[in-house]
Amino acid sequence: MSNAYIPFPSTILDVIKHTAQEYTFRMSYTGDVLPGQFFEVSIPKYGEAPISVSGIGDGYIDLTIRKVGRVTNEVFEHYVGQKMLIRGPYGNGFDTGLYLGEETVVVAGGTGVSPVRGVIDALSKGESRDNKYVIVGFKSPDDMLFKDDIKQWDDTLNLTLTVDRATEGYEGNVGLVTQYIQDLPLSDPKTAKAVVVGPPAMMHFTIIELKKKGFVDENITVSYERKMCCGLGKCGHCRIGDQYICLDGPVFQYDKAKELLD
Amino acid sequence: MGFVIPRAAFNQIIETLARRYRLYAPVRKKGAGRFLDTDVIMYDEVTTADEIVFDAKSDYAFKEALTPLSEVLFYFTEATTQEASFDNRPLLIFARSCDMHALKRLDQIFLENGPEDVFYQRRRELVNFVLMGCANSFDNCFCVSMGTNIAPDDYLFSVDLTAEGVACNVQDEAVAALFKAYGEETADVVPAHVTENKVKVNLPEQVPFSVRTDPLWDEYTVRCINCGRCNFVCPTCSCWSMQDIIYTDNGNVGERRRVGASCMVDGFTDVAGGGSYRKKNGERMRYKVLHKIYDHRQRFGINMCVGCGRCDDVCPEYISYSNIINKVYDASKEGE
Repeated sequence: MSNAYIPFPSTILDVIKHTAQEYTFRMSYTGDVLPGQFFEVSIPKYGEAPISVSGIGDGYIDLTIRKVGRVTNEVFEHYVGQKMLIRGPYGNGFDTGLYLGEETVVVAGGTGVSPVRGVIDALSKGESRDNKYVIVGFKSPDDMLFKDDIKQWDDTLNLTLTVDRATEGYEGNVGLVTQYIQDLPLSDPKTAKAVVVGPPAMMHFTIIELKKKGFVDENITVSYERKMCCGLGKCGHCRIGDQYICLDGPVFQYDKAKELLD
Repeated sequence: MGFVIPRAAFNQIIETLARRYRLYAPVRKKGAGRFLDTDVIMYDEVTTADEIVFDAKSDYAFKEALTPLSEVLFYFTEATTQEASFDNRPLLIFARSCDMHALKRLDQIFLENGPEDVFYQRRRELVNFVLMGCANSFDNCFCVSMGTNIAPDDYLFSVDLTAEGVACNVQDEAVAALFKAYGEETADVVPAHVTENKVKVNLPEQVPFSVRTDPLWDEYTVRCINCGRCNFVCPTCSCWSMQDIIYTDNGNVGERRRVGASCMVDGFTDVAGGGSYRKKNGERMRYKVLHKIYDHRQRFGINMCVGCGRCDDVCPEYISYSNIINKVYDASKEGE
């Protein structure tokens, strides 16, 4: 029997620095993986942390990591050319095919942009781009991630970029992502799809706004972040009701997710 | 095959078995209880029958044989990782009906929920059972309500201490050969089991969502002190946390362990960056109770709780979990 707890080595191909605390580590990986799935980054002697896949390419995956804890602090001590241990991918991930032909709104906040970056990318390369709306919010201009992608999304999709509070010299939108939802020029909110990923409060209020706009629960997709120690349905930390976020999620349709009370 | 044999003969059989198996049974630890001059009954390895406590319920379950409170998975040195070795001698566990039913629940988590857990499986393969009959119900037991009062069939032999001698239903050929050296086979022996408990619970078939937000849980925000003892005595609680440690004498060497975790204790849901879920103890109680009597059943078809009542025995705040089940039943009826 193979031991699912044994991580495998992966080489750091590149490090993209977004902010002082948030880097994308481009890791060598060959195999099936979907946006929204996650890997356990495993640093012996420090521990493991579940990290969303923020990009997928030929022979690599991107892991966008914020330096906030015991494990991630140690991750930031690793440089291009070095190896890190990872295991995965885990979770269900997004089915990007669901959105390509539909009127779609993606709302993402902060590091929540990581798991949906692959979805937005697919939309920006799709055929019907006029009815694709992306609202991305960060705390401040200094917290912005994926600036190069955002520029490109701005060219190809209907992008709204906003920050909770401006800093000197910033000239873009200021305000929460929720305030841009009612103004979306959708042709039919009842059949439109939405993807919402971000901090719990942001997701909560975004869904309220989407429903006010006319969205139905079945057309809203969310992705949840919970504590996980295994990613394999064993440790119990991520369970909500009869669902294990690591196995059944982290991506859920909202008609299912709304019945998951922590 | 039924045998009724004298206690002295039974003792010799156990001593013989102790050479074939590691015997894991409830023993009395003198003075180790939670209060001054009280004992605790917990599982430990034994080599003689006299060490085994037959006349009382164990305060803790046998689960640590399969899911140790702290289990080393790997050892790390500078560049290498080595899987931890473990004691691979076969194990013979003395357990009551409720605990034998608990095994099925642990199997569902570790073997059926996602890929098989190697560390569980390698211990699981070594496990055999001796069924300890229950002539009487103990305090707080409600196995009859949970349908766990009659044991599953997969035990080597059963044990009931009766006035006539030690009555055993022997199902294993090799063990039967041992018994035959000490006595004649008698008519069938049926392991004693409880048919009525003083404590009874009503189980809701469906728990409407409204019950999850019902004010009934608020009481436990005040009463529960989130010590987590209910989780650690429960035969079916199996949550754990990953923990890496570095040896103080050499920071280049360390190990990865998994250690028992409790959904009632602070930190269970903490994510990096300061987020956490279920801050109130009432919410944690709801999370635990509904898992035991509903959420696990929704996923695996059977209730997780086996009605051993140990959580009620151990609670320092005298919170009755069986009483909560009945409250959930009433609230579920109202919510229909």
